[in-house]
Order: sequence, then C-alpha cells, then structure tokens
Amino acid sequence: MFDLDFSVIPANASLLWEGMKMTFLLTGLAICGGIVLGTFLALLRIAKVPVLMHIAAAYVNLFRSLPLILVIFWLFFLVPLLLGRPVGAFSSVLVAFILFEAAYYSEIIRAGINSVRPGQLAAARAIGLTYSQGMRYVVLPQAFRAMTPILLTQAIILFQDTSLVYVVGLRDFLVSAEIIANRDQKLVEMFLFVAVVYFVFCFAASMGVRFLQKRLAT
Amino acid sequence: MIEMKSVSKWYGKFQVLKDCTLSVAKGEVIVVCGPSGSGKSTLIKTVNGLEPIDSGEITVAGISITAKSTNLDQMRAKIGMVFQNFELFPHMNVTENIKLGQIKVLGRTPAEAEQKALALLDRVGLAEHANKHPSQLSGGQQQRVAIARGLAMEPMAMLFDEPTSALDPEMINEVLDVMVQLAKEGMTMMVVTHEMGFARKVADRVVFMDHGEIVEDATSQEFFGSPRSERAQEFLSKILNH
Repeated sequence: MFDLDFSVIPANASLLWEGMKMTFLLTGLAICGGIVLGTFLALLRIAKVPVLMHIAAAYVNLFRSLPLILVIFWLFFLVPLLLGRPVGAFSSVLVAFILFEAAYYSEIIRAGINSVRPGQLAAARAIGLTYSQGMRYVVLPQAFRAMTPILLTQAIILFQDTSLVYVVGLRDFLVSAEIIANRDQKLVEMFLFVAVVYFVFCFAASMGVRFLQKRLAT
Repeated sequence: MIEMKSVSKWYGKFQVLKDCTLSVAKGEVIVVCGPSGSGKSTLIKTVNGLEPIDSGEITVAGISITAKSTNLDQMRAKIGMVFQNFELFPHMNVTENIKLGQIKVLGRTPAEAEQKALALLDRVGLAEHANKHPSQLSGGQQQRVAIARGLAMEPMAMLFDEPTSALDPEMINEVLDVMVQLAKEGMTMMVVTHEMGFARKVADRVVFMDHGEIVEDATSQEFFGSPRSERAQEFLSKILNH
C-alpha cells in the first residue's frame, strides 16, 4: 500500500534534533519552574494563614479548571496586549507551562508533605529548628522522595503536552517533523517516527516510575 | 528550672489540661504517670511550646515559654525532647541526625558536630552504628540515638514523652539504662512513663495525672509507699499487680 522510505529521517536528523532539543528544553524548564512554584503554593496551602491558604487554593482551582491550550493562548495573545510589547513565543509558552503545571505539582507536593508524619516536624522543632528549617531539612526531603513517582508521571504528561506549542509556531520535535513531512511528502514515515520516539521516551519513563514505586514500597 | 502555673488547655470544648501547677528544680527527675488520655503527653509538650496553652504560665530557667517576645526556637534548642516514636529523620544516617541541630541551630562546624555526635553515640553504646540509617536499627537503638540527638544540643533539661512505650519488652532496659545514667549525672528530667521501676529507682518526685488534672505530686517514696488519692491507688494497683 505504502512505499515507505525512512531515509528521510537520517537526511533531516539535525533539524529533528533541533526540534527535540526544544521539546526537552521546554519540558525540563517547565518541570523545574513548576516544581518550584508548586512547592511554594503547597507551602502556602498548608500554612495556617487563612488569606494565603485561600489565595493558593484559588490559584490551584483556577488553573485546574482551564484547558492548557487556553492558558497558552492567554499568555501568547493577551499578555503582550497588557504589557504593550511582544513577549516572544518561547517565553510566553514557558511561563504558561510553569503556571499551569504548578497547579498540579502543588497538589502532588501537598499530598507528599501530608504523608510525612507530623511527629517529624515536631522533632525538628524540638531541636530548635525554625518552621522553615524543619520543612526544608526534614519534611520536604521525605515528601519529595515519597512523591518522586507521581512527579515523574506528571513529567511524562508534560513531555507530551509540550507538543501543543505548535499553536504559537514554536518548532518543537513534532512541528519539525511535520515541516519535513509536508516538504518532502513523507507524512506516513515522519508521523510513524514521531509516534515511535514519543512512545519510547514515555514508556521508558513509566517503566522507571514502576521501578521507583517498587523500590519505595520496600 | 521548669515552672508551670495554672496551665489549662482546651481542644475545642474538651479541656485536656486543668489548672496544672508543677515545678521541677534543677537536677531533679520527675516522673509523670497516669492513665492514657489523662493529658500527661500534652502536659510535657507544653513545656517546650510544642503544644500551645490557653491559659496559665510556663517558664524554663526563668524565661517565659508563653510570652510572645520569647524566641521559642532558641528555647527549644535548650530543652531536649525524646518522643514515643523516636522520630529520627529517616532520610539521614544516625550521625547526620545528631549533627543537624548542632549545625543549623548552634552554628557548629560540621567537623565539631561530627566529633560531638560520635562521642555521644559512644556514650549511648552505638558507636559502631554511626553510618547506619534509622531503619537499620532496632527500636531500642533508635531511641538511644534520639536521646543522643537531644543531648547534642547540650540542653539544660530533657523531656521524655513515653520513651519506652513503643518498644518491645527486651529493648526497654537498654533505653532506661541510658536514662538512669543521665539522671545520675544530674540532668534535669521530666519523664512521662509507665515504667514504675524507673520511677522508683531514679525519680525524685512522681506526678500522677487523671482527666487533665495533677491529682498527686509526691516524692517517689511517698507515692509508692502511700499514695493519698484513691485514683492514684487504683492506678498503681492496676499496673503493679500482675
């Protein structure tokens, strides 16, 4: 039926690699930013200061109720209008991912913090550590360890979601492949290849999650 | 050293501590006992401010625990506490557990803290376990590390909240031995425990609590000889006669 010619892939390896680098860069930065902001939000939500708790809860509820693509549009089209100057596709998309992911990460991190026995913070306070020192040196390290598998699962979803950047014209892996596919009339080969690459990365990562879960369970 | 005056505390409508007044002199060993739910754990946790109180006053070495102007973190560093469930930090090895407070609170260098940690581990008989993680130790060993962690801060008093209740019977003595030693060295100690043997042996005074009240506060001779209150008599007969 098809006369498949996969030589198109090595022929365009450098272009595909550029796209892949963009995908990795976005995923990596969004994970780091999302975890930092998410940790901050989680700490606000468990702090016993009602105003802060409500602000953080409102943030989380807002972003969890919006489609990711809408957040991307917002940052790309509306923020430049508000600022009166263009923001640039990459930074607007990155900020959108961080803001969006932070809402999910904060819920994961909050659950992780709650999974640490309260006695641990009490013991930290008992030797004279402040609340923030107790969180930093005693509670958060344990929380992050317990939630590594879930954080990684969320990272896999994010890795797939970065493909949405095509709407603002950023050249990630998928967009690069699509450009080549259209230009060289190799739609089947390229989209097969893209599927295989996404599958390999995500499947390997979920095997990693399973391994970590088993190791943490023992 | 520790002065508590008319301390009361409520959980909602339930009063856990009723007008508790108690003083512990420097070098004194006080055992607090009583049926479960009598408020003894809550009482001991108010001494270092882990449990805030609703009324009354607590001072340690003349410094108010309840005053807003007091730096509670600094006070806690000077009052060691040992918990029922050890509460060692599971992500750190034994030495790191003992070093953390020394470095972050007292500002000791890692080398100084290490030296102190190893000396204390030797003292509680665990020198060879310095690099193990808490999960690799038995309950009794973990509790001895917890005591060393408290001592590393060179506290002026030590609080023990049921230190042997979570232990298998054969491990209780190794922990009590360390505590007896500490008492002999003149440490001011407040100990919530059901170990009446320990109370008889080292306690200067025994405080009996029931329903959030201090029912009896007597020297250990008086307490074991002739407890005045009926509730204390009943409690003693329950835990001693079997």
